[in-house]
Amino acid sequence: MRASANRLALWLLMAPFLLWILLLVLLPHLDMLRVSFQVRESWDSLAWGLTQYQNFFEESYYWRTFVRTGVMSLFTTALTLLIAFPIAWYIARLASGRAKGLLFLACLVPFWASELVRTYGWMILLRESGLFSTTLQALGLVDGPVEMLYNDVAVIIGLVYNGLLFMLVPLVTTLDGLDENLVEAGYDLGGGHWTVLREVVIPWAMPGIVSGCIVVFMLTLGSYLTPILMGGKDSAWFTEQIFTQFITRFNWEQGAALGVLLLLLSSLIVWAGLRVTGQSLRKVMG
Amino acid sequence: MIRSVPRSRWFDRLYLLYLVAFFLYLALPLLVTAVFAFNDAPFPSLPWKGFTLDWYLADGSAGRTGLFHDDGLLSALWVSVQVAFWVTLVSVSLGCLNAVLFERLEFRGKELLYLVMLLPLVIPGVILGVSILVFYSGMANTVSMRWQLELDLFRPGLPLVVMGQVAFITTLSTLVIAARLRKFDRQLEEAALNLGATPVVAWFTVTLPWLRPAIAGAAAMAFLMSFENFNTTVMLTGSDTPLTVALFNRLREGSTPVLNAVALLLMVGSAALAVLATGRSSKTA
Repeated sequence: MRASANRLALWLLMAPFLLWILLLVLLPHLDMLRVSFQVRESWDSLAWGLTQYQNFFEESYYWRTFVRTGVMSLFTTALTLLIAFPIAWYIARLASGRAKGLLFLACLVPFWASELVRTYGWMILLRESGLFSTTLQALGLVDGPVEMLYNDVAVIIGLVYNGLLFMLVPLVTTLDGLDENLVEAGYDLGGGHWTVLREVVIPWAMPGIVSGCIVVFMLTLGSYLTPILMGGKDSAWFTEQIFTQFITRFNWEQGAALGVLLLLLSSLIVWAGLRVTGQSLRKVMG
Repeated sequence: MIRSVPRSRWFDRLYLLYLVAFFLYLALPLLVTAVFAFNDAPFPSLPWKGFTLDWYLADGSAGRTGLFHDDGLLSALWVSVQVAFWVTLVSVSLGCLNAVLFERLEFRGKELLYLVMLLPLVIPGVILGVSILVFYSGMANTVSMRWQLELDLFRPGLPLVVMGQVAFITTLSTLVIAARLRKFDRQLEEAALNLGATPVVAWFTVTLPWLRPAIAGAAAMAFLMSFENFNTTVMLTGSDTPLTVALFNRLREGSTPVLNAVALLLMVGSAALAVLATGRSSKTA
């Protein structure tokens, strides 16, 4: 009686989970994989083939953008970590009481605004008629308007800005749990600042570092608004090409192949990151 | 570098300078956006021409249309509210069920299914949108070609937008609610059962009230994430565009202070929602 009641409860709870994960996540992705191997022969007939993947490797525009997006995402992630770490350290270890809460809140506030709003703010600051350009002219430092938008530096500034919170929260959480005796012991045993940082603090913070890096990398790789709105003519982003295939060219087969490739790249880098640092997805995400 | 370890004054000053620079970097774009919503000039840029509420209130008669008379933006706002409502309802309900499934029950393959549950976090939003578009719209195309049946539900439009957003927001709400359920003292529930409550009554009178702050937090988060989502939404939207997509289209045509007005309204709205959610949860926790 009790065993069958438990079975019933299990199935009642399992059914909505399975429906969600199968219908909204697993099946659509498998279908995208299937479509990416289909080649359109005429308007109503399809055959299996690798044409879309061949296109990707033969058209240098595709794979160059792919590599560029990957490299710039990795760079953005590293930069975000470097910028966020001292701030997280201050909030977790040096600030006390009220200041700690307030500083943490100040980091949260920008992220109640959407990515579009944040990017728009940067556009107002950086563009030719923007605040920075006008200020520089008023100070007499430059003669004419300066265009600071529409280049790779602008894109990286925007991407780092978007990623900061997702780096700060896991860092502050792990650093908060660090036992200060460990740090003191490190100094007592004759370690300098760098040694203590490398041998005590960073190993302790590793789960937070990895989880922050994974989230920031995923967000950056998949971002669309910031590179489109802040990048110049030459700064293409891979998501933009996927969008073009689907929405502008109606070439779903090519778009699906590009989507699969982006998903492969992100999974590969996340997996490699976990392997190298010896962490597991469950530990850093769950 | 902890409080008990002495630091040089130079280092302290540099550190402080860095902190100030950082928070300036954080605040500047938002401050500028907010301030230019009130500049009496047709473009959101310097020089400052004086304070005006035109970008909210102007009715179009003087060549300016403020946000509250801009039908395009207002209807997009309404679309976003509707989408966010359904996404919140579905993803928080699913989140509760999933939390109980993973925190309370034991079954074979639990570890694996938990990892599968986390998957949407490591899939870029654009790909989630694309895969749902391919699967459902492709299905609608096939059905229409073979059987002349029109499955309009699966064409790009609001139902697909809701489905795309539920796909990943459910994972987040599951994590929030499961974290709270993990801290629940099961003896409370057993006490209720010993005192004669049925499992269902015990769930609704003991466990659910305990979860309420997490559920409120998850709902606020789901609403905000849905409202602000662009990457998944843009792939799935049909003729009714939600606010972020409508704003993006406007922005590509050129920026006007009306966009600043919307941005400020969004910031204030989401901040209010966030404060409400965190305030409530910290009071009951």
